Amino acid sequence: MTRDEIVAGLAEILEEVAGVNPDDVTEEKSFTEDLDVDSLSMVEVVVAAEEKFGVKIPDDEVQNLKTVGDAVSYISKAQA
Amino acid sequence: MTVDVVVTGLGATTPLGGDVASTWDAMLAGRSGISALTEEWAAQLPVRIAGHLAVEPTIDRVQARRMDRSEQVAVVAARQAWADAGLADAGLDPERLGVIVGSGIGGATTLLNQDDVLEASGPRRVSPHTIPMLMPNGPAAWIGLELKAKAGVHAPTSACATGAESIAWALDMIRSGRADVVVAGGTESVIHPLPIAAFASMRAMSTRNDEPEKASRPFDKGRDGFVLGEGAGVIVLERADSARARGAKVYARLAGAGMTSDGFDIVQPDPEGNGATRAISLALKDSGIARSDVVHVNAHATSTPVGDMAEIVSLHKALGDHPVVTSTKSMTGHLLGAAGAIESIATILAVHHGVVPPTINLDDPDERVDLDVAAHKARHMEIPAALNNSFGFGGHNAALVFARA
Repeated sequence: MTRDEIVAGLAEILEEVAGVNPDDVTEEKSFTEDLDVDSLSMVEVVVAAEEKFGVKIPDDEVQNLKTVGDAVSYISKAQA
Repeated sequence: MTVDVVVTGLGATTPLGGDVASTWDAMLAGRSGISALTEEWAAQLPVRIAGHLAVEPTIDRVQARRMDRSEQVAVVAARQAWADAGLADAGLDPERLGVIVGSGIGGATTLLNQDDVLEASGPRRVSPHTIPMLMPNGPAAWIGLELKAKAGVHAPTSACATGAESIAWALDMIRSGRADVVVAGGTESVIHPLPIAAFASMRAMSTRNDEPEKASRPFDKGRDGFVLGEGAGVIVLERADSARARGAKVYARLAGAGMTSDGFDIVQPDPEGNGATRAISLALKDSGIARSDVVHVNAHATSTPVGDMAEIVSLHKALGDHPVVTSTKSMTGHLLGAAGAIESIATILAVHHGVVPPTINLDDPDERVDLDVAAHKARHMEIPAALNNSFGFGGHNAALVFARA
C-alpha cells in the first residue's frame, strides 16, 4: 500500500468514528490538536485501523502516533 | 417561607409523537402508540408488541455513536424543554442550573449489544464508549454537558417511579436553594429481546399480540399486563419569582411532592396501597392545597391486574371519591423510568388547558374501579390542581401535585 492509500484509509476511519472531514486528513496533522480526536475515539481509530490494514498496533505504540504521518509510517512498516 | 416553583418548559419524545405538541394532540384524540414488533428477534418472544418512538431521535451521527438510545431521547427532550423555556439567552448563571434525569434500566441495550461484540470479536473490539453509554447517570450527564449545568447533575433510579422522583428531587433542589433552575425528567429505551423476555417471565406484560392498540387497557376487566414503550420526558422547573421577573410563560406550579417506600416486597405492590397512600397524602400536605381542589389524577395504572386496583384503593384513602382519573399509559404504553415525566407533562397540560386526556380501551371497567375514569374521550373541565402518581419495582412511591399558576 502506498502512503497516500493509507492516508485515504485513515481518513475514512476518522470520518466514521469522529466525524472528521476527509479533506482535512493530511500527514502533518496531529490527531488531537488538529483533528480534535479525543482519547476514546483514538482507541476506536486504532482498532479500526488494525482491522482495515491487517496490522497490530500495541497500546505502547499509540502514544507515539501523534500525527497522521506517524500512523502512516507505522502501518506501512508493519505491513512490510 | 417556601419558595414557589413553576414549570416553564416542556419536552418529550414518545410513541405518540416526536414532541410535546404532537404527543398531547394524540392523547386528546385517544390514539394508541402501540404496534406489533416486526423485528426478527421478536418472533420467539411471548410478547410481540411495544410502543416504538413515533419519530427517531435527531442526534448528530458521530455524537449518536457515543450515546445509548436512552441518552439520545433524553437529550432530544431536554433540548425541546430548554428551547421552550426560553432560557438560552436569559443570562442564567450555570452554577445555579441543575439537572435531575433518571432512567429505570439505563443503557441495557448498549450492554447487551457490546456483549454480542465481546462474544463475536473479543475484548479489543468492545467500544471504548461502552461505560458512558450504559451508566445510568449518562442521560443526565449528557444533558448537563449540553446545557453547561454546574449546580449538580443527578440521576435518581427508582424503576418506574424514576421520572416522577426526579421531578420531586428537583423541587427539593430549588426549594433548598441549591439551584434556581432544574431540568428534570426521565428516559427509557429498552425495546430489546432480553428486557422484554425478562418482564414477560415475570408475567408482568400483556400478551395481547394480535391487538397491539388494545393491549394497554388500564382499569379494564380484560387487562393482562403492561406494554413496554420508549421515550423521554423532560421539564424545566424554576423559582416562580425569577420566572416572573424574566416574563417567562408558566404552564403550572409544582405545588408539592411526596415520596415513600413500601417496605413490603421487591416487586409486588402493597395490595392495601399503604405506601402509595402515604405518598399522595404527603404530596397534598406539602402542596397546601385542599383535597377538594385536586380534581384530576393522572394515575400510574400500568394495566396490570394487581397494580391498578391497589392504586384505586390508595386514591380513595388519600384523596376521596371526587377526582376524574385517567391513565395515559393506555395510549403511550409504559415508559418505565420515563413514565412519571411524560405523565407529569400530561398532568401539567391538563391543568394548563383544562382538559383530561382519555383512558382508551376501557370498554368493560373492572367493577371494583369505583372512581370516575375518563374513558374513551377527553374531558373538558376546570382543573385547579391535579395529581400524578408513579410507583416502581422496589416499592418506590412518588406523587406530585401540580396547580394552576
